[in-house]
Amino acid sequence: MKNNKVEIIVVGAGPAGVSAAITLARAGKKVLLVERGDCAGDKNVFGGTIYAKQTAEIFPKFWETAPIERAITEQKIFLLTDYNSTQISYKYASKGAYKAFTVNRSKWDKWCSQQAEKEGVYYAPKTLVNELILKDRNVIGIKTEFEEFYSDIVIIADGVNSLLAKQIGLRKEIKDSDVSLSVKEVIKINKEKLEDRFNLDEEDGCACRILGGPLRDKFALGFMYTNKDTISIGYSISLDEIKKLKVKPYELLDELKAHPTVSAYIKNGETIEYSSHLIPEGGYNAVPKLYDNGVMIIGDAAMLVNNIHFEGTNLAMLSGKLAAETAIEAINNKDYSKSSLSKYHTKLKESIILKDLKTHRNTIEVIKKNIHTLSSLYPELACEFLEILTSADGVEKKVKYRKFLKEIIKKGTISSSIPLAILAMEKCLKK
Amino acid sequence: MNINERLATLKYNKDKESHLTVDNDVCMRCNDKVCTYICPANVYEWNEQKCIMTIRYENCLECGACKIACEKKNIIWRYPNCEYGVKYKNG
Ligand SMILES: Cc1cc2nc3c(=O)[nH]c(=O)nc-3n(C[C@H](O)[C@H](O)[C@H](O)COP(=O)(O)OP(=O)(O)OC[C@H]3O[C@@H](n4cnc5c(N)ncnc54)[C@H](O)[C@@H]3O)c2cc1C
Ligand code: SF4
Ligand code: SF4
Repeated sequence: MKNNKVEIIVVGAGPAGVSAAITLARAGKKVLLVERGDCAGDKNVFGGTIYAKQTAEIFPKFWETAPIERAITEQKIFLLTDYNSTQISYKYASKGAYKAFTVNRSKWDKWCSQQAEKEGVYYAPKTLVNELILKDRNVIGIKTEFEEFYSDIVIIADGVNSLLAKQIGLRKEIKDSDVSLSVKEVIKINKEKLEDRFNLDEEDGCACRILGGPLRDKFALGFMYTNKDTISIGYSISLDEIKKLKVKPYELLDELKAHPTVSAYIKNGETIEYSSHLIPEGGYNAVPKLYDNGVMIIGDAAMLVNNIHFEGTNLAMLSGKLAAETAIEAINNKDYSKSSLSKYHTKLKESIILKDLKTHRNTIEVIKKNIHTLSSLYPELACEFLEILTSADGVEKKVKYRKFLKEIIKKGTISSSIPLAILAMEKCLKK
Repeated sequence: MNINERLATLKYNKDKESHLTVDNDVCMRCNDKVCTYICPANVYEWNEQKCIMTIRYENCLECGACKIACEKKNIIWRYPNCEYGVKYKNG
Protein backbone atom coordinates (compact mmCIF):
# COMPACT_ATOMS: atom_id res chain seq x y z
CA MET A 1 0.00 0.00 0.00
CA LYS A 2 1.68 3.21 -1.22
CA ASN A 3 1.40 6.31 1.03
CA ASN A 4 -1.55 4.75 2.85
CA LYS A 5 -3.59 5.07 -0.34
CA VAL A 6 -5.82 2.42 -1.95
CA GLU A 7 -8.63 2.60 -4.49
CA ILE A 8 -11.33 1.59 -2.01
CA ILE A 9 -11.69 1.35 1.75
CA VAL A 10 -14.43 -0.80 3.28
CA VAL A 11 -15.21 -0.18 6.96
CA GLY A 12 -16.54 -3.21 8.85
CA ALA A 13 -15.88 -6.91 8.19
CA GLY A 14 -19.41 -8.25 8.68
CA PRO A 15 -21.24 -10.02 5.83
CA ALA A 16 -21.79 -6.72 3.97
CA GLY A 17 -18.20 -5.47 4.15
CA VAL A 18 -16.52 -8.78 3.35
CA SER A 19 -18.78 -9.34 0.37
CA ALA A 20 -18.01 -5.85 -1.00
CA ALA A 21 -14.26 -6.23 -0.43
CA ILE A 22 -14.02 -9.65 -2.03
CA THR A 23 -16.02 -8.56 -5.09
CA LEU A 24 -13.62 -5.62 -5.55
CA ALA A 25 -10.50 -7.76 -5.11
CA ARG A 26 -11.80 -10.24 -7.67
CA ALA A 27 -12.03 -7.36 -10.16
CA GLY A 28 -8.37 -6.54 -9.45
CA LYS A 29 -9.05 -3.42 -7.37
CA LYS A 30 -6.86 -2.42 -4.43
CA VAL A 31 -9.12 -2.63 -1.41
CA LEU A 32 -8.52 -2.17 2.31
CA LEU A 33 -10.98 -3.84 4.70
CA VAL A 34 -10.94 -2.39 8.22
CA GLU A 35 -12.44 -4.10 11.28
CA ARG A 36 -12.49 -2.93 14.90
CA GLY A 37 -12.55 -6.43 16.43
CA ASP A 38 -9.35 -8.39 17.15
CA CYS A 39 -10.83 -10.80 14.61
CA ALA A 40 -13.87 -10.34 12.37
CA GLY A 41 -16.85 -11.69 14.30
CA ASP A 42 -15.55 -10.82 17.78
CA LYS A 43 -18.16 -8.07 18.07
CA ASN A 44 -20.99 -9.65 16.11
CA VAL A 45 -24.18 -11.44 17.16
CA PHE A 46 -27.12 -12.90 15.24
CA GLY A 47 -29.78 -15.64 15.62
CA GLY A 48 -29.44 -17.37 13.29
CA THR A 49 -29.10 -18.82 9.89
CA ILE A 50 -27.25 -17.82 6.76
CA TYR A 51 -28.92 -18.60 3.47
CA ALA A 52 -27.23 -21.10 1.17
CA LYS A 53 -28.07 -19.77 -2.29
CA GLN A 54 -27.20 -16.14 -1.72
CA THR A 55 -24.13 -16.89 0.40
CA ALA A 56 -22.84 -19.20 -2.35
CA GLU A 57 -22.94 -16.30 -4.79
CA ILE A 58 -20.02 -14.84 -2.83
CA PHE A 59 -18.49 -18.07 -1.48
CA PRO A 60 -19.25 -20.90 -3.96
CA LYS A 61 -19.75 -24.28 -2.23
CA PHE A 62 -18.78 -22.71 1.09
CA TRP A 63 -20.34 -25.62 3.01
CA GLU A 64 -17.47 -27.86 1.95
CA THR A 65 -14.88 -25.89 3.91
CA ALA A 66 -16.57 -23.19 6.02
CA PRO A 67 -17.28 -23.62 9.75
CA ILE A 68 -21.01 -24.30 9.63
CA GLU A 69 -23.02 -25.75 12.49
CA ARG A 70 -26.09 -27.49 11.05
CA ALA A 71 -28.08 -27.59 7.79
CA ILE A 72 -31.64 -26.54 8.52
CA THR A 73 -34.19 -29.25 7.71
CA GLU A 74 -37.05 -28.11 9.87
CA GLN A 75 -38.70 -24.74 10.50
CA LYS A 76 -41.01 -24.53 13.48
CA ILE A 77 -43.40 -21.95 14.82
CA PHE A 78 -44.29 -22.15 18.50
CA LEU A 79 -47.58 -20.57 19.53
CA LEU A 80 -47.41 -20.28 23.30
CA THR A 81 -50.13 -19.64 25.83
CA ASP A 82 -49.17 -19.21 29.46
CA TYR A 83 -48.47 -22.91 29.98
CA ASN A 84 -49.37 -24.75 26.77
CA SER A 85 -48.35 -24.54 23.14
CA THR A 86 -49.22 -25.50 19.59
CA GLN A 87 -46.27 -26.14 17.32
CA ILE A 88 -46.37 -25.89 13.57
CA SER A 89 -43.58 -27.65 11.77
CA TYR A 90 -42.37 -27.58 8.19
CA LYS A 91 -39.87 -30.35 7.61
CA TYR A 92 -37.90 -30.97 4.43
CA ALA A 93 -35.00 -33.08 3.26
CA SER A 94 -31.87 -31.04 2.77
CA LYS A 95 -29.48 -33.53 1.27
CA GLY A 96 -27.82 -31.96 -1.72
CA ALA A 97 -30.12 -28.93 -1.77
CA TYR A 98 -29.26 -26.83 1.25
CA LYS A 99 -31.41 -23.83 2.07
CA ALA A 100 -29.96 -22.45 5.25
CA PHE A 101 -27.28 -23.19 7.82
CA THR A 102 -26.79 -22.19 11.41
CA VAL A 103 -23.35 -20.70 12.03
CA ASN A 104 -21.38 -19.33 14.95
CA ARG A 105 -20.72 -15.71 13.96
CA SER A 106 -17.31 -15.56 15.64
CA LYS A 107 -16.09 -18.50 13.56
CA TRP A 108 -18.04 -17.70 10.40
CA ASP A 109 -17.05 -14.02 10.12
CA LYS A 110 -13.44 -14.95 10.78
CA TRP A 111 -13.50 -17.56 8.02
CA CYS A 112 -15.06 -15.05 5.58
CA SER A 113 -12.37 -12.46 6.33
CA GLN A 114 -9.68 -15.11 5.77
CA GLN A 115 -11.16 -15.88 2.33
CA ALA A 116 -11.09 -12.16 1.52
CA GLU A 117 -7.43 -11.98 2.49
CA LYS A 118 -6.64 -15.03 0.34
CA GLU A 119 -8.25 -13.28 -2.62
CA GLY A 120 -6.07 -10.20 -2.28
CA VAL A 121 -7.94 -7.88 0.10
CA TYR A 122 -5.67 -5.88 2.45
CA TYR A 123 -7.23 -6.73 5.77
CA ALA A 124 -6.71 -4.62 8.90
CA PRO A 125 -8.36 -5.99 12.06
CA LYS A 126 -7.92 -4.29 15.48
CA THR A 127 -8.54 -1.01 13.69
CA LEU A 128 -11.30 1.31 14.82
CA VAL A 129 -12.33 4.00 12.37
CA ASN A 130 -13.08 7.14 14.37
CA GLU A 131 -14.14 9.31 11.48
CA LEU A 132 -14.28 9.79 7.76
CA ILE A 133 -11.98 12.36 6.16
CA LEU A 134 -13.76 14.90 3.98
CA LYS A 135 -12.38 17.36 1.46
CA ASP A 136 -14.62 19.72 -0.51
CA ARG A 137 -17.65 17.62 0.54
CA ASN A 138 -16.07 14.46 -0.84
CA VAL A 139 -15.22 11.50 1.37
CA ILE A 140 -11.54 10.83 0.72
CA GLY A 141 -10.44 8.53 3.53
CA ILE A 142 -10.64 7.37 7.13
CA LYS A 143 -9.06 8.36 10.40
CA THR A 144 -8.27 5.47 12.74
CA GLU A 145 -6.91 5.67 16.26
CA PHE A 146 -3.35 5.82 15.02
CA GLU A 147 -3.29 6.54 11.29
CA GLU A 148 -5.03 8.01 8.29
CA PHE A 149 -5.80 6.09 5.11
CA TYR A 150 -6.93 7.52 1.79
CA SER A 151 -9.03 6.14 -1.06
CA ASP A 152 -11.17 7.15 -4.02
CA ILE A 153 -14.27 5.64 -2.46
CA VAL A 154 -15.19 4.56 1.07
CA ILE A 155 -17.87 1.90 1.59
CA ILE A 156 -19.49 2.10 5.03
CA ALA A 157 -20.40 -1.35 6.41
CA ASP A 158 -20.19 -0.61 10.12
CA GLY A 159 -23.50 -2.17 11.12
CA VAL A 160 -26.76 -1.00 12.68
CA ASN A 161 -25.32 1.79 14.83
CA SER A 162 -23.34 3.26 11.90
CA LEU A 163 -21.60 6.14 13.62
CA LEU A 164 -19.89 6.94 10.30
CA ALA A 165 -23.08 7.39 8.27
CA LYS A 166 -24.25 9.69 11.05
CA GLN A 167 -21.03 11.69 10.96
CA ILE A 168 -21.59 12.69 7.34
CA GLY A 169 -25.32 13.27 7.73
CA LEU A 170 -26.49 10.34 5.62
CA ARG A 171 -28.24 8.93 8.65
CA LYS A 172 -29.93 10.45 11.68
CA GLU A 173 -30.21 8.61 15.00
CA ILE A 174 -32.56 5.64 14.58
CA LYS A 175 -36.07 6.07 15.99
CA ASP A 176 -36.75 3.63 18.80
CA SER A 177 -39.73 2.25 16.88
CA ASP A 178 -37.42 1.43 13.94
CA VAL A 179 -35.08 -0.86 15.80
CA SER A 180 -35.39 -3.88 18.02
CA LEU A 181 -33.24 -5.02 20.87
CA SER A 182 -32.35 -8.67 21.07
CA VAL A 183 -30.84 -10.71 23.85
CA LYS A 184 -29.60 -14.21 23.42
CA GLU A 185 -27.96 -17.10 25.20
CA VAL A 186 -25.93 -19.93 23.76
CA ILE A 187 -26.67 -23.06 25.78
CA LYS A 188 -24.37 -26.05 25.70
CA ILE A 189 -25.97 -29.45 25.63
CA ASN A 190 -24.78 -32.93 24.78
CA LYS A 191 -24.93 -33.46 20.99
CA GLU A 192 -26.95 -36.71 21.08
CA LYS A 193 -29.37 -35.23 23.59
CA LEU A 194 -29.86 -32.19 21.37
CA GLU A 195 -30.58 -34.41 18.35
CA ASP A 196 -33.05 -36.48 20.39
CA ARG A 197 -34.91 -33.45 21.75
CA PHE A 198 -35.29 -31.84 18.34
CA ASN A 199 -35.71 -35.18 16.55
CA LEU A 200 -32.81 -34.49 14.19
CA ASP A 201 -30.42 -36.60 12.18
CA GLU A 202 -26.74 -35.88 12.61
CA GLU A 203 -25.81 -32.53 10.99
CA ASP A 204 -29.47 -31.59 10.41
CA GLY A 205 -30.85 -28.58 12.21
CA CYS A 206 -34.02 -26.85 13.31
CA ALA A 207 -35.01 -23.16 13.38
CA CYS A 208 -37.83 -22.13 15.72
CA ARG A 209 -39.74 -18.85 16.01
CA ILE A 210 -41.73 -18.24 19.14
CA LEU A 211 -44.90 -16.18 19.51
CA GLY A 212 -46.93 -15.51 22.64
CA GLY A 213 -46.32 -16.80 26.15
CA PRO A 214 -44.29 -14.19 28.00
CA LEU A 215 -44.00 -12.25 24.71
CA ARG A 216 -47.77 -11.98 24.23
CA ASP A 217 -49.18 -8.58 23.27
CA LYS A 218 -45.70 -7.25 22.54
CA PHE A 219 -44.08 -6.59 19.19
CA ALA A 220 -41.56 -9.29 19.97
CA LEU A 221 -40.43 -12.60 18.56
CA GLY A 222 -38.56 -15.40 20.26
CA PHE A 223 -36.15 -17.70 18.47
CA MET A 224 -34.33 -20.94 19.02
CA TYR A 225 -31.72 -22.43 16.69
CA THR A 226 -29.80 -25.68 16.90
CA ASN A 227 -26.03 -25.60 16.49
CA LYS A 228 -23.71 -28.64 16.68
CA ASP A 229 -23.79 -29.02 20.45
CA THR A 230 -25.39 -25.77 21.53
CA ILE A 231 -28.80 -24.14 21.30
CA SER A 232 -29.14 -20.43 20.59
CA ILE A 233 -32.17 -19.01 22.34
CA GLY A 234 -33.34 -15.43 22.58
CA TYR A 235 -35.87 -12.88 21.44
CA SER A 236 -36.05 -9.49 19.89
CA ILE A 237 -38.43 -6.74 20.89
CA SER A 238 -39.11 -3.30 19.49
CA LEU A 239 -37.13 -0.77 21.52
CA ASP A 240 -40.14 1.50 22.05
CA GLU A 241 -42.10 -1.48 23.47
CA ILE A 242 -39.49 -2.53 25.98
CA LYS A 243 -39.10 1.10 27.04
CA LYS A 244 -42.79 1.15 27.92
CA LEU A 245 -42.68 -2.20 29.70
CA LYS A 246 -39.97 -1.10 32.10
CA VAL A 247 -38.68 -4.63 32.35
CA LYS A 248 -35.05 -5.62 32.15
CA PRO A 249 -34.39 -7.44 28.87
CA TYR A 250 -32.76 -10.44 30.57
CA GLU A 251 -35.69 -10.89 32.94
CA LEU A 252 -38.03 -11.35 30.00
CA LEU A 253 -35.53 -13.86 28.61
CA ASP A 254 -35.74 -15.77 31.90
CA GLU A 255 -39.52 -15.93 31.51
CA LEU A 256 -39.20 -17.24 27.97
CA LYS A 257 -36.69 -19.89 29.04
CA ALA A 258 -38.98 -20.95 31.88
CA HIS A 259 -42.03 -21.62 29.68
CA PRO A 260 -42.72 -25.39 29.93
CA THR A 261 -42.52 -25.95 26.16
CA VAL A 262 -39.26 -24.03 25.77
CA SER A 263 -37.60 -25.27 28.93
CA ALA A 264 -38.03 -28.89 27.83
CA TYR A 265 -35.58 -28.24 24.99
CA ILE A 266 -32.90 -26.49 26.99
CA LYS A 267 -33.11 -28.17 30.40
CA ASN A 268 -29.85 -29.15 32.10
CA GLY A 269 -27.94 -27.13 29.52
CA GLU A 270 -25.19 -24.73 30.51
CA THR A 271 -25.30 -21.13 29.34
CA ILE A 272 -21.87 -20.52 27.83
CA GLU A 273 -22.51 -17.08 26.36
CA TYR A 274 -24.91 -14.21 26.84
CA SER A 275 -25.14 -11.50 24.18
CA SER A 276 -27.13 -8.59 22.87
CA HIS A 277 -27.45 -6.72 19.58
CA LEU A 278 -29.82 -4.38 17.75
CA ILE A 279 -31.72 -5.22 14.55
CA PRO A 280 -32.82 -2.48 12.14
CA GLU A 281 -36.56 -2.98 11.73
CA GLY A 282 -37.82 0.20 10.15
CA GLY A 283 -37.92 -1.45 6.71
CA TYR A 284 -38.43 0.52 3.51
CA ASN A 285 -39.53 3.75 5.17
CA ALA A 286 -36.38 3.88 7.31
CA VAL A 287 -33.82 3.34 4.53
CA PRO A 288 -31.57 6.43 4.52
CA LYS A 289 -29.85 8.14 1.61
CA LEU A 290 -27.41 5.47 0.49
CA TYR A 291 -24.61 7.37 -1.25
CA ASP A 292 -22.86 10.69 -1.57
CA ASN A 293 -19.63 11.96 -3.13
CA GLY A 294 -17.06 9.19 -2.65
CA VAL A 295 -19.18 7.10 -0.31
CA MET A 296 -21.84 4.36 -0.18
CA ILE A 297 -23.58 2.61 2.77
CA ILE A 298 -24.40 -1.11 2.78
CA GLY A 299 -25.95 -3.79 5.00
CA ASP A 300 -27.35 -2.99 8.45
CA ALA A 301 -25.73 0.46 8.29
CA ALA A 302 -28.19 1.13 5.45
CA MET A 303 -31.01 -0.55 7.46
CA LEU A 304 -31.42 -3.22 4.78
CA VAL A 305 -33.13 -5.93 6.84
CA ASN A 306 -36.33 -7.78 5.96
CA ASN A 307 -37.57 -8.75 9.40
CA ILE A 308 -40.78 -10.33 8.12
CA HIS A 309 -38.72 -13.08 6.51
CA PHE A 310 -35.78 -13.09 8.95
CA GLU A 311 -33.39 -11.88 6.24
CA GLY A 312 -30.34 -9.79 7.09
CA THR A 313 -27.03 -11.44 6.21
CA ASN A 314 -28.16 -12.25 2.68
CA LEU A 315 -29.29 -8.67 2.01
CA ALA A 316 -26.07 -7.38 3.58
CA MET A 317 -23.99 -9.53 1.21
CA LEU A 318 -26.04 -8.61 -1.84
CA SER A 319 -25.91 -4.88 -1.06
CA GLY A 320 -22.12 -5.24 -0.62
CA LYS A 321 -21.84 -6.88 -4.02
CA LEU A 322 -23.97 -4.21 -5.73
CA ALA A 323 -22.01 -1.36 -4.12
CA ALA A 324 -18.76 -3.04 -5.17
CA GLU A 325 -19.97 -3.37 -8.77
CA THR A 326 -20.90 0.31 -8.76
CA ALA A 327 -17.46 1.18 -7.36
CA ILE A 328 -15.67 -0.88 -10.02
CA GLU A 329 -17.44 1.09 -12.75
CA ALA A 330 -16.71 4.38 -10.98
CA ILE A 331 -13.01 3.56 -10.65
CA ASN A 332 -12.79 2.52 -14.28
CA ASN A 333 -14.38 5.85 -15.28
CA LYS A 334 -12.47 7.81 -12.59
CA ASP A 335 -15.78 9.34 -11.51
CA TYR A 336 -16.47 9.11 -7.76
CA SER A 337 -19.20 11.73 -7.62
CA LYS A 338 -22.60 11.10 -6.15
CA SER A 339 -24.17 11.03 -9.58
CA SER A 340 -21.82 8.20 -10.56
CA LEU A 341 -22.49 6.34 -7.29
CA SER A 342 -26.26 6.82 -7.60
CA LYS A 343 -26.15 3.68 -9.78
CA TYR A 344 -25.86 1.77 -6.52
CA HIS A 345 -29.34 2.97 -5.55
CA THR A 346 -30.68 1.99 -8.98
CA LYS A 347 -29.19 -1.50 -8.61
CA LEU A 348 -30.74 -1.85 -5.15
CA LYS A 349 -34.13 -0.83 -6.52
CA GLU A 350 -33.85 -3.44 -9.27
CA SER A 351 -32.78 -6.13 -6.80
CA ILE A 352 -34.88 -8.11 -4.35
CA ILE A 353 -33.59 -5.89 -1.54
CA LEU A 354 -35.62 -2.75 -2.15
CA LYS A 355 -38.32 -4.65 -4.06
CA ASP A 356 -39.05 -6.85 -1.02
CA LEU A 357 -38.66 -4.03 1.48
CA LYS A 358 -41.11 -2.00 -0.58
CA THR A 359 -43.55 -4.90 -0.71
CA HIS A 360 -43.48 -4.97 3.08
CA ARG A 361 -43.50 -1.24 3.68
CA ASN A 362 -46.83 -1.43 5.54
CA THR A 363 -46.66 -4.93 6.96
CA ILE A 364 -45.09 -4.00 10.29
CA GLU A 365 -47.88 -1.49 10.83
CA VAL A 366 -50.50 -4.20 10.19
CA ILE A 367 -48.76 -6.59 12.55
CA LYS A 368 -48.31 -3.97 15.27
CA LYS A 369 -52.01 -3.12 15.06
CA ASN A 370 -53.00 -6.77 15.27
CA ILE A 371 -50.37 -7.90 17.73
CA HIS A 372 -52.97 -9.04 20.27
CA THR A 373 -54.64 -11.30 17.68
CA LEU A 374 -51.34 -12.69 16.49
CA SER A 375 -49.53 -13.24 19.76
CA SER A 376 -52.38 -13.87 22.14
CA LEU A 377 -55.61 -14.98 20.46
CA TYR A 378 -54.13 -17.28 17.80
CA PRO A 379 -52.06 -19.27 20.30
CA GLU A 380 -55.05 -19.54 22.65
CA LEU A 381 -57.48 -20.59 19.92
CA ALA A 382 -55.09 -23.10 18.44
CA CYS A 383 -54.49 -24.69 21.82
CA GLU A 384 -58.16 -24.66 22.79
CA PHE A 385 -59.21 -26.20 19.49
CA LEU A 386 -56.67 -28.99 19.79
CA GLU A 387 -57.68 -29.53 23.40
CA ILE A 388 -61.30 -30.09 22.30
CA LEU A 389 -60.26 -32.35 19.45
CA THR A 390 -58.09 -34.56 21.59
CA SER A 391 -59.62 -34.64 25.05
CA ALA A 392 -61.95 -37.53 25.84
CA ASP A 393 -63.46 -36.49 29.13
CA GLY A 394 -67.13 -37.46 28.98
CA VAL A 395 -68.37 -33.96 28.17
CA GLU A 396 -70.76 -33.82 25.21
CA LYS A 397 -69.07 -32.46 22.09
CA LYS A 398 -71.85 -29.99 21.26
CA VAL A 399 -71.41 -28.38 24.67
CA LYS A 400 -67.70 -27.99 24.03
CA TYR A 401 -68.16 -26.57 20.52
CA ARG A 402 -70.71 -24.06 21.76
CA LYS A 403 -68.37 -22.95 24.51
CA PHE A 404 -65.50 -22.60 22.03
CA LEU A 405 -67.57 -20.51 19.59
CA LYS A 406 -68.88 -18.33 22.40
CA GLU A 407 -65.33 -17.76 23.48
CA ILE A 408 -64.34 -16.68 19.97
CA ILE A 409 -67.22 -14.22 19.77
CA LYS A 410 -66.49 -12.89 23.26
CA LYS A 411 -62.88 -12.28 22.42
CA GLY A 412 -63.86 -10.42 19.29
CA THR A 413 -61.94 -12.77 17.10
CA ILE A 414 -64.69 -13.15 14.52
CA SER A 415 -63.87 -9.74 13.06
CA SER A 416 -60.15 -10.34 13.29
CA SER A 417 -60.27 -13.95 12.31
CA ILE A 418 -59.43 -13.30 8.68
CA PRO A 419 -56.02 -14.84 8.88
CA LEU A 420 -53.50 -12.11 9.42
CA ALA A 421 -51.11 -13.52 6.89
CA ILE A 422 -53.72 -13.05 4.16
CA LEU A 423 -54.46 -9.54 5.37
CA ALA A 424 -50.80 -8.66 5.33
CA MET A 425 -50.23 -10.20 1.91
CA GLU A 426 -53.21 -8.36 0.48
CA LYS A 427 -51.79 -5.10 1.79
CA CYS A 428 -48.41 -5.94 0.23
CA LEU A 429 -49.94 -6.54 -3.17
CA LYS A 430 -51.77 -3.22 -3.18
CA LYS A 431 -49.71 -0.65 -5.03
CA MET B 1 -29.86 -16.87 36.10
CA ASN B 2 -29.00 -13.37 37.29
CA ILE B 3 -27.25 -10.72 35.24
CA ASN B 4 -23.90 -11.13 36.95
CA GLU B 5 -23.86 -14.84 36.16
CA ARG B 6 -24.73 -13.97 32.57
CA LEU B 7 -21.99 -11.38 32.27
CA ALA B 8 -19.55 -13.86 33.78
CA THR B 9 -19.93 -16.01 30.64
CA LEU B 10 -18.27 -13.24 28.62
CA LYS B 11 -14.72 -12.33 27.84
CA TYR B 12 -13.90 -8.63 28.21
CA ASN B 13 -10.75 -6.58 27.90
CA LYS B 14 -11.34 -3.64 30.22
CA ASP B 15 -10.31 -0.22 28.93
CA LYS B 16 -8.88 2.29 31.40
CA GLU B 17 -11.34 4.98 30.40
CA SER B 18 -15.10 4.83 29.86
CA HIS B 19 -16.47 4.93 26.31
CA LEU B 20 -19.84 6.06 27.73
CA THR B 21 -20.48 9.43 29.33
CA VAL B 22 -23.55 11.29 30.56
CA ASP B 23 -24.21 14.76 31.91
CA ASN B 24 -25.40 14.10 35.49
CA ASP B 25 -27.36 17.36 35.66
CA VAL B 26 -29.50 16.21 32.75
CA CYS B 27 -30.00 12.78 34.34
CA MET B 28 -31.13 14.45 37.54
CA ARG B 29 -34.02 16.03 35.67
CA CYS B 30 -34.89 12.80 33.81
CA ASN B 31 -37.99 11.12 35.24
CA ASP B 32 -37.95 7.78 33.52
CA LYS B 33 -34.23 6.99 33.60
CA VAL B 34 -34.82 4.48 30.85
CA CYS B 35 -31.11 3.62 30.66
CA THR B 36 -31.32 2.02 34.10
CA TYR B 37 -33.68 -0.72 32.91
CA ILE B 38 -33.26 -0.97 29.15
CA CYS B 39 -29.60 -1.93 29.19
CA PRO B 40 -29.09 -5.67 28.66
CA ALA B 41 -25.89 -5.51 30.72
CA ASN B 42 -27.29 -3.42 33.58
CA VAL B 43 -24.54 -0.83 33.08
CA TYR B 44 -26.37 2.22 34.47
CA GLU B 45 -27.36 2.79 38.09
CA TRP B 46 -28.55 6.10 39.52
CA ASN B 47 -26.89 7.04 42.80
CA GLU B 48 -29.60 8.94 44.63
CA GLN B 49 -27.31 10.26 47.37
CA LYS B 50 -24.59 11.67 45.20
CA CYS B 51 -26.91 12.46 42.28
CA ILE B 52 -24.61 10.83 39.79
CA MET B 53 -25.00 8.02 37.29
CA THR B 54 -22.78 5.05 38.02
CA ILE B 55 -21.68 3.62 34.68
CA ARG B 56 -20.19 0.14 34.75
CA TYR B 57 -18.84 0.60 31.22
CA GLU B 58 -16.64 -2.47 31.54
CA ASN B 59 -19.80 -4.63 31.27
CA CYS B 60 -21.10 -2.96 28.11
CA LEU B 61 -22.16 -5.25 25.24
CA GLU B 62 -21.77 -2.39 22.73
CA CYS B 63 -25.35 -2.85 21.47
CA GLY B 64 -26.27 0.84 21.23
CA ALA B 65 -29.74 0.58 22.82
CA CYS B 66 -29.11 3.17 25.54
CA LYS B 67 -28.06 5.93 23.17
CA ILE B 68 -31.24 5.49 21.10
CA ALA B 69 -33.57 5.01 24.08
CA CYS B 70 -32.41 8.02 26.11
CA GLU B 71 -35.10 10.65 25.45
CA LYS B 72 -32.77 13.50 26.29
CA LYS B 73 -30.03 12.24 23.98
CA ASN B 74 -27.71 12.59 26.91
CA ILE B 75 -25.40 9.65 26.33
CA ILE B 76 -22.15 10.33 24.54
CA TRP B 77 -21.65 6.93 23.01
CA ARG B 78 -18.71 5.57 21.12
CA TYR B 79 -17.08 2.19 20.67
CA PRO B 80 -14.31 1.21 23.09
CA ASN B 81 -10.84 1.71 21.64
CA CYS B 82 -9.72 -1.26 19.60
CA GLU B 83 -8.56 -4.34 21.48
CA TYR B 84 -10.93 -3.34 24.32
CA GLY B 85 -14.50 -4.18 25.20
CA VAL B 86 -16.47 -7.38 24.78
CA LYS B 87 -15.22 -10.31 22.73
CA TYR B 88 -17.81 -12.91 21.70
CA LYS B 89 -16.76 -16.51 21.17
CA ASN B 90 -20.06 -17.66 19.66
CA GLY B 91 -22.02 -14.59 18.60
C1 LIG C 1 -30.54 -11.50 17.28
C2 LIG C 1 -30.34 -11.39 15.80
C3 LIG C 1 -30.76 -12.43 14.98
C4 LIG C 1 -30.55 -12.36 13.61
N1 LIG C 1 -30.89 -13.44 12.86
C5 LIG C 1 -30.59 -13.45 11.54
C6 LIG C 1 -30.79 -14.63 10.77
O1 LIG C 1 -31.21 -15.67 11.26
N2 LIG C 1 -30.48 -14.59 9.44
C7 LIG C 1 -29.98 -13.47 8.87
O2 LIG C 1 -29.69 -13.50 7.66
N3 LIG C 1 -29.78 -12.34 9.57
C8 LIG C 1 -30.06 -12.30 10.89
N4 LIG C 1 -29.82 -11.17 11.63
C9 LIG C 1 -29.37 -9.93 10.95
C10 LIG C 1 -27.91 -10.00 10.56
O3 LIG C 1 -27.12 -10.37 11.65
C11 LIG C 1 -27.44 -8.65 10.03
O4 LIG C 1 -28.36 -8.17 9.08
C12 LIG C 1 -26.06 -8.74 9.40
O5 LIG C 1 -25.10 -9.15 10.31
C13 LIG C 1 -25.65 -7.39 8.81
O6 LIG C 1 -24.35 -7.45 8.32
P1 LIG C 1 -23.44 -6.15 8.23
O7 LIG C 1 -22.14 -6.59 7.66
O8 LIG C 1 -24.18 -5.06 7.59
O9 LIG C 1 -23.25 -5.67 9.75
P2 LIG C 1 -22.49 -6.41 11.03
O10 LIG C 1 -22.64 -7.85 10.85
O11 LIG C 1 -23.05 -5.73 12.16
O12 LIG C 1 -20.98 -5.99 10.79
C14 LIG C 1 -20.49 -4.70 11.03
C15 LIG C 1 -19.00 -4.79 11.29
O13 LIG C 1 -18.42 -3.49 11.34
C16 LIG C 1 -17.50 -3.42 12.41
N5 LIG C 1 -17.40 -2.00 12.79
C17 LIG C 1 -18.39 -1.21 13.28
N6 LIG C 1 -17.95 0.04 13.45
C18 LIG C 1 -16.66 0.05 13.06
C19 LIG C 1 -15.67 1.08 13.02
N7 LIG C 1 -15.95 2.33 13.37
N8 LIG C 1 -14.44 0.74 12.60
C20 LIG C 1 -14.14 -0.53 12.24
N9 LIG C 1 -15.04 -1.52 12.24
C21 LIG C 1 -16.29 -1.24 12.65
C22 LIG C 1 -18.11 -4.33 13.47
O14 LIG C 1 -17.17 -4.77 14.41
C23 LIG C 1 -18.67 -5.45 12.61
O15 LIG C 1 -17.74 -6.48 12.38
C24 LIG C 1 -29.99 -11.20 13.02
C25 LIG C 1 -29.57 -10.16 13.84
C26 LIG C 1 -29.71 -10.26 15.23
C27 LIG C 1 -29.21 -9.14 16.09
S1 SF4 D 1 -32.15 8.06 30.11
FE1 SF4 D 1 -30.61 9.56 29.52
S2 SF4 D 1 -31.06 11.43 30.65
FE2 SF4 D 1 -32.25 9.77 31.56
S3 SF4 D 1 -30.98 9.07 33.24
FE3 SF4 D 1 -30.43 7.80 31.49
S4 SF4 D 1 -28.74 8.86 30.49
FE4 SF4 D 1 -29.66 10.30 31.93
S1 SF4 E 1 -24.48 -0.05 24.54
FE1 SF4 E 1 -25.95 -1.61 25.21
S2 SF4 E 1 -24.84 -2.78 26.73
FE2 SF4 E 1 -23.68 -0.90 26.43
S3 SF4 E 1 -24.42 0.48 27.98
FE3 SF4 E 1 -25.67 0.89 26.18
S4 SF4 E 1 -27.45 -0.44 26.38
FE4 SF4 E 1 -25.92 -1.16 27.84
